[in-house]
Amino acid sequence: MKNFKKIFAVLLALTLVVTCFAACGGNKKNSANEIVIGISGPLTGGAAQYGNAVVNAAKLAIEEINAAGGINGINLKLVTADDEGDPGDKAVSAYNSLKDQGMQVFLGTVTTGSCLAVIDKTKADNMFQLTPSASADAVIANDNCFQICFNDSNQGIGSAQYIAENNVATKVAVIYDSSDAYSTGIYNTFKAEATKRNIALVAEQSFTKDSNKDFSAQIQACKTAGADLIFLPIYYQEASLILKAAESASYAPKFFGCDGLDGLLAMNGFDTKLAEGVMLLTPFAADADDAAIQKFVSAYKAKYNNEIPNQFAADAYDGVYIIAELLKANNVTADMSASQICDLLKVGIAADSFSYNGITGAGAALTWDASGAVSKKPMAVVIKDGTYVAL
Amino acid sequence: MGFLSNLINGISLGSIYAVIALGYTMVYGIAKMLNFAHGDVIMIGGYAIYIAASKAGLHPLLAVIIAMGACTILGITIEKIAYKPLRQATSLAVLITAIGVSYFLQNIALVIFGANPVNFTSVVNIPSIKLFDGQVVISGETSAAIVISLLIVIALSLFIKRTKSGKAMLAVSEDKGAAQLMGINVNKTISLTFAIGSALAAVAGALYCSAYPILSNTTGAMPGIKAFTAAVFGGIGSIPGAMIGGILIGVIEILGRAYISSQLADAIVFGVLIIILMVKPTGILGKKINEKV
Amino acid sequence: MKKSSKSIKPNTKKSLITYIMLVVAFVIVQIMLAAGEMSYMMQDLLVPLCVYAILAVSLNLTVGILGELSLGQAGFMCIGAYSGSLFSNLMETAIPEAMIRFPIALLLGGICAAIFGILIGIPVLRLRGDYLAIVTLAFGEIIKNICASIYLGRDANGFHISLKSVTDMNMAADGEMLINGALGINGTPKDSNFIIAFIILFITVVVSYNFVYSRTGRAVMSIRDNRIAAESVGINITKYKLITFALTAFLAGVAGVIYSHNFSTLQASKFDYNMSILVLVFVVLGGIGSIPGSIIAAIALTLIPELLRDTIVGDYRMLFYAIILISMMLFSSNKTFKDKLFGLVSKKKKGEVK
Repeated sequence: MKNFKKIFAVLLALTLVVTCFAACGGNKKNSANEIVIGISGPLTGGAAQYGNAVVNAAKLAIEEINAAGGINGINLKLVTADDEGDPGDKAVSAYNSLKDQGMQVFLGTVTTGSCLAVIDKTKADNMFQLTPSASADAVIANDNCFQICFNDSNQGIGSAQYIAENNVATKVAVIYDSSDAYSTGIYNTFKAEATKRNIALVAEQSFTKDSNKDFSAQIQACKTAGADLIFLPIYYQEASLILKAAESASYAPKFFGCDGLDGLLAMNGFDTKLAEGVMLLTPFAADADDAAIQKFVSAYKAKYNNEIPNQFAADAYDGVYIIAELLKANNVTADMSASQICDLLKVGIAADSFSYNGITGAGAALTWDASGAVSKKPMAVVIKDGTYVAL
Repeated sequence: MGFLSNLINGISLGSIYAVIALGYTMVYGIAKMLNFAHGDVIMIGGYAIYIAASKAGLHPLLAVIIAMGACTILGITIEKIAYKPLRQATSLAVLITAIGVSYFLQNIALVIFGANPVNFTSVVNIPSIKLFDGQVVISGETSAAIVISLLIVIALSLFIKRTKSGKAMLAVSEDKGAAQLMGINVNKTISLTFAIGSALAAVAGALYCSAYPILSNTTGAMPGIKAFTAAVFGGIGSIPGAMIGGILIGVIEILGRAYISSQLADAIVFGVLIIILMVKPTGILGKKINEKV
Repeated sequence: MKKSSKSIKPNTKKSLITYIMLVVAFVIVQIMLAAGEMSYMMQDLLVPLCVYAILAVSLNLTVGILGELSLGQAGFMCIGAYSGSLFSNLMETAIPEAMIRFPIALLLGGICAAIFGILIGIPVLRLRGDYLAIVTLAFGEIIKNICASIYLGRDANGFHISLKSVTDMNMAADGEMLINGALGINGTPKDSNFIIAFIILFITVVVSYNFVYSRTGRAVMSIRDNRIAAESVGINITKYKLITFALTAFLAGVAGVIYSHNFSTLQASKFDYNMSILVLVFVVLGGIGSIPGSIIAAIALTLIPELLRDTIVGDYRMLFYAIILISMMLFSSNKTFKDKLFGLVSKKKKGEVK
């Protein structure tokens, strides 16, 4: 036993030394003539669909840009890291891993919670950060961080406005995720706006990510309260369980969600009949009649197994092009440090002369101000016969 | 009417916990080990059904039977490779190994089935029952969970009381050494226990995924812990105890969520467990353990 | 358990080796930092590594020295993290100097955790073995769930608290959120750094060695080796169990404070039973009762998955981790496997009678 322990300790210590040395290759200098864009997002775990969509679309955009000559002759390079959608140390680790891979511009993170965990670090590093989909208002508190998606307060207010103006329902219930920054953010602004517009909120139910399987109690509460619409400012997985729980209770209210519901139809094996009539706000509909959107959708489908891109993919695709435009306009070269690039880009993106006409602006050009928020209007779609149809 | 609905939902969830808890309780009773990987066998069972039913297009019942077979083999294999070599080791070493097996199953599922969760098609095809003018609805999944768990408890109790292998299990759980002296093949009996527990896990997987149709590599973790709590609650080692414990935990969880706070529901479940153990340290139906000097 | 009883003997040489090992590791890290030879990821892992090492060493007191299985380490860490962060956020303007504020936060977090340790210990320590494990796990989950449902805010009218939602607090619009339910505490000042974390780890090791070799420590070990015999010679079982349990909780609380002051966001959901299990794995793999073992295992097992991130096994890193864990347990606890391993390492050990 004694000897075994010794050998064991030596083995452990050896592993330690080896791994330490493996880790020491850090602070790599970017030798090739490339500008490195980093993405961190959930590539595994519950929100993996979003992270993978963002990475896929960014890859596509970068290939297109490089094929068309890159940034004044310099190619773009993509590096990615998995943060598992964690709002704590895994998000920080993923960001550090990107820095170790030589990242110069940060297109991330994908989920709101992870983003809040790294904004102080990107600020300290003076790293230009453009998030495709982290929508909390607090995400853009620092001057180096900008959003492509519309923010939570817009979504909450937009949803309440839409419900009130179109008389969608009279008694409204909410089910939200109290452990998620995105979900609580929308819930709070929705509630404030709904009270202003005299929408009756008859039930307010919540869940956390530890108890996101059984929704029978919440659905029962909404049913007892007689709600004819349930507002779901949550992600699609829980939404699919809520739809199922409502069906089991023979309860058929209207459902209204935000951009987190996007992805519902793309779930493996999901019975799309359950989602029939679900309304949601999204900046992007894959079936829109726009030439740029159709070009993107067909390229994405061709590259990724006929998968239809969701709005996260669209936001990321726009994001890469926005960064590319900014890099070109500011004559960024590969040997510049992240901080130098950030100083140029954060002024460049907020300048009056800069706007970008992409696939998520519903025809209008996107502009930014120094606060970091994007000018963008949410648009409502409904699920009909298994696809999104603009309302 | 809302209360009745919540109660029925609680019993339904509790019945599923009960089926999982049976696996825990049997293995603990005989091998005296906390099989932390049991929850993950449920997840594997769920995937097996998903592949057989949704991908290969087999009849749901046939798919469940295939999954039971797959889980039985898996259970026996885990026991042979990971637990059997540790029969003489401290219980702590076995516990850590079980945790390792749990990590292994979760991550092998991640590698094989990918990170995106799949939507599970219900294997239950029973129409729902509507009472009081549709105010209380008992879904097909609910009726199936309650009936099947009851059947399993009765069958298992009979098996242990009436059959030779069942009696052998009882003997091994009482005293391993003495059972061996009586000519009982202890290793075979333990393997049989793992086989039954794992087959039940497949059934639990079918019921759980039908009721909550999202299947990912971590699906089994939380119900596993809850069912483990249920087994301790009812008195670990006792089969009717697992049933009672499971249903109580399910009902407390759902009622707590409906009437107190959805965020504190789990805290209430664990709080009740602690109170029970303070009053009756071996659970509701547990046997008193005599201390040897 | 008996096998580790050789550590009963006061062994200053052994503790000296541990201290030297720690100092050498510290110096190497400092040299690497100064030379700029450490990756960003490693730099940010230094504090969590110290935190996990402290957790493992402190749990070792309960599991290795007292011989009781506790799965509530994450709960104590949670209490320390929350109370420490709350204190720092409240006192950030009153005590602007981090060098004064942070030690108070550390002490406060530790004391809060120790109080909970005693409160929990009084009822649960009469249970034993697997039942104690499940009850400590349950307490950890309760602490986590309660922490995750507290909404606490402060405005001109004083403090507002709610267990339901932000709007139920009736706080003025300009109020400041201190604890935001399941979203936790934001904006904790980043007071921890590697040097402080290392000093605390060093103190933890000193305290642990002195505890083990003290009169109290010997009494605790006698309870572990034979409870009834210990009782018969007049050792107060409850008292010594509570002392050990409270010390473990105190150190875990301190570790929680370091952890929470290292990240700008803190959620209670981080401190779930998986964290407790993780720490238990460190203790068991490092060798039950062995303090340097706990430290080495904590560091190695935290680093392995992070460093495999960028290698070919990247996506399979946790699978490798699981396989390493199982095989280490099999090789360390099974005699046949062990003999085979020794057969490879040294032939002459074969004939030795254990």
